[in-house]
Amino acid sequence: MTNAHDMLFRTLADPTRRAIFERLCRQGEQTVGALTAQSGVSQPAVSKHLGVLRQAGLVRDRHQGRQTHYSAQLNALAPLLDWTSEMAGFWESRFDDLEDLLKRMDQ
Amino acid sequence: MSDSATQRRSVVVEREISHPPEKLWRALTQPHLIAEWLMKNDFQPVVGHSFNLSGDWGGVLDCKVLAIEPNKTLSYTWNFAHDDAAYNLQSVVTFTLTPTRAGTHLRMEQSGFRPDQKQAYGGAHAGWRQFFANLEQVLARTE
Repeated sequence: MTNAHDMLFRTLADPTRRAIFERLCRQGEQTVGALTAQSGVSQPAVSKHLGVLRQAGLVRDRHQGRQTHYSAQLNALAPLLDWTSEMAGFWESRFDDLEDLLKRMDQ
Repeated sequence: MSDSATQRRSVVVEREISHPPEKLWRALTQPHLIAEWLMKNDFQPVVGHSFNLSGDWGGVLDCKVLAIEPNKTLSYTWNFAHDDAAYNLQSVVTFTLTPTRAGTHLRMEQSGFRPDQKQAYGGAHAGWRQFFANLEQVLARTE
């Protein structure tokens, strides 16, 4: 495991922080207020988690008026995405089609 | 992360096929049959022949036949060029057919080189789904 892995896993090991990150991934950009309303923890706690996520490069903040909007940075997960696992899924599904074809060739 | 710049990896997918090698070989080497399970193509079973595999997603793979041994081995390059080097993939796909009592053991090995692992072609969503599964596993192991 590289340092990049360690950093990402450490950052996402906290369930509350991970939940905040997941919400940003699924729902797009959010304000601290909106995130607090759904998280079940205080706004300072949410802000602290967002700070840690930002340090790890997992979220980006954008200031608009008095509000700060946070969004997920999926590129930060790049060290964890291995092309081989994606290709394995690709070939498994191609081989399903290959077997279907071989059955049809019988007829 | 400079060490990842030279990483070579491979993926192996194997399957027991309940059909004889000769028949499986046709599906691997005849263009109209390849199109039915893999991608549209202009493949020819000739070593050195360059061809393209065209995916439904609009991407085109550059391929070249490296080795052919009828009913046994087929190998070709599987390269995806992209303006952004991080999306490039240079790899070699090798199919190995071994006769079994019930049919054929099919082994596919793709070994490749990727300058960066930003994203496999068209597979961002699959990778993303996988990420959480992987994360859970790693977390479970480290606790």
